[in-house]
Amino acid sequence: MSDLLAVDASAGTADAVAGVRITPVDAVGLEQRAAALCARSIKTTSKGAALDLTVRVMDLTTLEGADTPERVKALCARARHPDAGDRSVPSVAAVCVYPELVSVAAEALAGASVVVASVAGGFPAGLAPLDARLAEIAGAVAAGADEVDIVLNRSAFLSGRYQKAYDEIAAAKQSCRPAHLKVILETGELGAYDQIRRASMLAMVAGADFIKTSTGKIGASATPATALCMAEAIRDMAEQTGRVVGLKLAGGVRTAKQAWHYLVIVGETLGSDWLGPERFRLGASSLLNDVLMQRAKLGSGRYQRREYFSVD
Amino acid sequence: MSERLAVNKTYKQFIGGAFERSESGRSYPVVGAGGELLAHAVQGSRKDVRDAVVAARSAQEVWAGRTAYNRGQILYRVAEVMESRRGEFAAEVARAGDGCDGSMAAAETAAAIDRWVWYAGWADKFATVLGGANPVAGPYFNLSVPEPVGVVGIVAPGEPPLLPLVSRLAPVIVSGNSAVVLASERCPLAAVTLAETLALSDVPAGVVNIVTGHRDELVPPLAGHAAVDSLDLTGCGAEQGADAARQAAATITRVVSASTAERQWFDEAAQSPYLIDAFCETKTVWHPKGR
Amino acid sequence: MPPAVDFSLDYAPAPESTAPVRLAAQYGLFVGGEMVEPASGRLAATTNPATGEKLAEVSVADAADVDRAVAAARSAWEGGWRDLPGAERAKYLYRVARLLQERAREFAVLETMDGGKPIRESRDLDIPLAAAHFFYYAGWADKLDYAFSGRRAAPVGVAAQIIPWNFPLLMAAWKLAPALACGNTVVLKPAPTTPLTALLLAEVLRDADVPAGVVNIITGGDATGAALVAHPGVDKVAFTGSTEVGRAIGAEVAATGKRLTLELGGKAANIVFEDAALDQVTEGIVNGIYFNGGQVCCAGARLLVQESVADAVVGKLRRRMDTLRVGDPLDKNTDIGAINSQAQLDRIAELVAAGVAEGAELYAPQCELPERGFFHPPVLFTNVSTAHRIAREEIFGPVLSVLTFRTATEAVAKANNTPYGLSAGIWTEKGSRLLWMADRMQAGVVWANTFNRFDPASPFGGYRESGHGREGGRAGLLPYVELVA
Repeated sequence: MSDLLAVDASAGTADAVAGVRITPVDAVGLEQRAAALCARSIKTTSKGAALDLTVRVMDLTTLEGADTPERVKALCARARHPDAGDRSVPSVAAVCVYPELVSVAAEALAGASVVVASVAGGFPAGLAPLDARLAEIAGAVAAGADEVDIVLNRSAFLSGRYQKAYDEIAAAKQSCRPAHLKVILETGELGAYDQIRRASMLAMVAGADFIKTSTGKIGASATPATALCMAEAIRDMAEQTGRVVGLKLAGGVRTAKQAWHYLVIVGETLGSDWLGPERFRLGASSLLNDVLMQRAKLGSGRYQRREYFSVD
Repeated sequence: MSERLAVNKTYKQFIGGAFERSESGRSYPVVGAGGELLAHAVQGSRKDVRDAVVAARSAQEVWAGRTAYNRGQILYRVAEVMESRRGEFAAEVARAGDGCDGSMAAAETAAAIDRWVWYAGWADKFATVLGGANPVAGPYFNLSVPEPVGVVGIVAPGEPPLLPLVSRLAPVIVSGNSAVVLASERCPLAAVTLAETLALSDVPAGVVNIVTGHRDELVPPLAGHAAVDSLDLTGCGAEQGADAARQAAATITRVVSASTAERQWFDEAAQSPYLIDAFCETKTVWHPKGR
Repeated sequence: MPPAVDFSLDYAPAPESTAPVRLAAQYGLFVGGEMVEPASGRLAATTNPATGEKLAEVSVADAADVDRAVAAARSAWEGGWRDLPGAERAKYLYRVARLLQERAREFAVLETMDGGKPIRESRDLDIPLAAAHFFYYAGWADKLDYAFSGRRAAPVGVAAQIIPWNFPLLMAAWKLAPALACGNTVVLKPAPTTPLTALLLAEVLRDADVPAGVVNIITGGDATGAALVAHPGVDKVAFTGSTEVGRAIGAEVAATGKRLTLELGGKAANIVFEDAALDQVTEGIVNGIYFNGGQVCCAGARLLVQESVADAVVGKLRRRMDTLRVGDPLDKNTDIGAINSQAQLDRIAELVAAGVAEGAELYAPQCELPERGFFHPPVLFTNVSTAHRIAREEIFGPVLSVLTFRTATEAVAKANNTPYGLSAGIWTEKGSRLLWMADRMQAGVVWANTFNRFDPASPFGGYRESGHGREGGRAGLLPYVELVA
């Protein structure tokens, strides 16, 4: 029988639907399919559009202890116009920062299409007292965050306390209104694709607008198979409940080629409806420069050197 | 008072665990080395062959479903029961066909019993020797196991009457096949006595079926029967064997025949795990290894 | 929120270059170590099924040619190959494996040009696996004493090997590698529609210095094959192809003393339980039936799906079928290439029509097929009963029939309800049920939670009317040896 999460539907948001089927995942089959998708070649004439799309779905991220308002402002400037010398490069989707820098980012991005995302809720462990986490979420939204990235309580989830994990996300969803909620599963800590699938379903049922792979704070991060696993969960959610949830891949996405692989995985699994910033994000810090290099190469026919592009 | 009058045995066919006359009602005389009448054996018919195949078919899955340990014990039990009736078998062998002296008959009987013991021990070992794990180049568990082919038709060698029959029958059933045996046409009596032994040895009904009668009449329906999965044509003459093999080809039935070495019935070469394998199919199962 | 952007994935026509392939206008027969003119003087064209263009003309061997090839094989066997130390035979086979790896791209492109299969498959599966088979059996050549307990393995003699068109080079490797490893010599006949990689293999054999006559490759059709099978100088016949031809060969070989192995047709069941990993199941079903356009004897042609998830599985399957790319086999993004021949395309079309006529419901994605060449879209039939022709006959094309079941017992009964017995698929996350099912499958290969996996170490071959004998693994040596006490 399908595995049903024992969570209380009434505790969820209006969007949440309990009782969705959680399909098991065969690791070998999943990884083979992901590898096959990564072997697709994208048409040269589509590569430019793929690169632009990569920029448009990017959450330009800085989550360093050493972050300063100046650094965030510089990042926001790049977010609006990623290539100072080429205004045809589109803006990124969002700038992602810590809560205390949200107001700086909001001010710097005023009037731009770029939205402000904030990690919150005791990022990256998510183990602070719940009240404190909820307050941090609400604070980030009050400071101007359009989107909030929180983490799944892996301690609760991995110990089988699904209701607790669920309730915390549902509460976070309340605290973060009207901003969008992205739930980070930290897939590298979940141990198995079955767990990633289960966590995906739990987060979606609890109210996540996006599910996201990683914090970027542990070694393991997004992989093609992880992305495929989560995309398949999103597809099941949509098919079974009609609810549309987005996918954010973060951590370790550094090259344009990797980004294309993810576009192919998402496009083939979820359809082209998901190939836009409303339903798909790539959280990255160093990806942008590689994309710009590839873009310039596509235009000039020459391979580029890193030093042509600014570092944050 | 005169000497006590002997009670003669009626030699019947063995089908589905029952000793029966032919549905055709026929019999034929079996004579000894000196031309003396030994008995009237059943002259089985095409329909008897058909019934035997049906019995074999319905018994096979159950037999194969027994544990290997259980099948081994049952084959050993056959040896035990034969041992207790050594005299009877030896006398049967000595009287049959071209005849042989008493010590040869005793030797043949002993060898036949030992052959059962030898194959009994293989029941829970042949899969280890013939199958195994295959190290494929990928994240897969991969295991090959020999499985019984199903129903095997055995055309038993003509003579001598006992050891060749046992040598061909034991490797067939040890793996879980059932068998339809066409007994030696000239010396069928030992086969019937063997059937009586099998019936006493916990061999489930239908696992071994023994039809007696004329080869020309019985081989074609056996070889052509689509529900027979494999044929041992060791007992066929050249032309008869060729015809049977051609019939078998129509249903892709496997055809086996003893090599010259394997026909040295008293030799080690007449017994082999590869004879068990000859009546098995290799099944290979793949499964991914993943978290 | 930023506005959504319009973007659709557009894969490149990414045609593999045909530059590495150098075709001759005409090919002779490879006999006694050299390419010779056929005594028959006859030639036949081999075409690219994706375009209909003629690629080359190959010889049609007649009885005299067969005689010459068998004589060459016999002479090579008696003249030294049978007595060559296993370690030396091994080195020849390792050489062949390496040469195949070195020229892999050339072989892959040629295979796709001549047979129509997607380059992705010939590049990633056919050619690497062919090399792997030579590599694997090379290792056995000097270890035969360890293969069979208590028995010595002696070579059989001259093997006649007839191979099909669906995996031309791979089947040549499956046949040649164990035969040569065991000390036999060979006359190999590739299929008339796909002779070119076998003829290229002749070059490899020569470059590897394999002694003249050890492998002879003759081309031709059914008559050539029949002459080869009937030749009195042949000790062993190995055939892969249709069950019908297998029956005829069996009758021909009967009681000649020739040993015989057959790898014939199939109609595999692919069984899906409700607890299975349904997304990987979907991929497994697709790989099971649309791999090589379904022109695979072990194809998972009958999908048996548990009723409770039937709609979900069929839904996922249809959606996945919509993303399959049918077209130019040389395109690296192509999933389903050309059907091998007009005759095969006609056969598929006939059975698809029969399915519709018998009341099954057809689904095929909207895909544009190339104007030239032999192409067929992937097809899915629902509302299929076990009595329908599409549920019983081997179609050998991209056509899947979906049936449902409620219990494991019913699944077993339906799966085994075929005279064939080559392969089966089982999808369940429950280990005990999986093993219970695997025990009951009347099939030589059982893929559990996967499908269509092949490896030289893994025996392959069928139960019942799918043939007898195994290829691959230690079991694959048996057809090519005489066990001596």
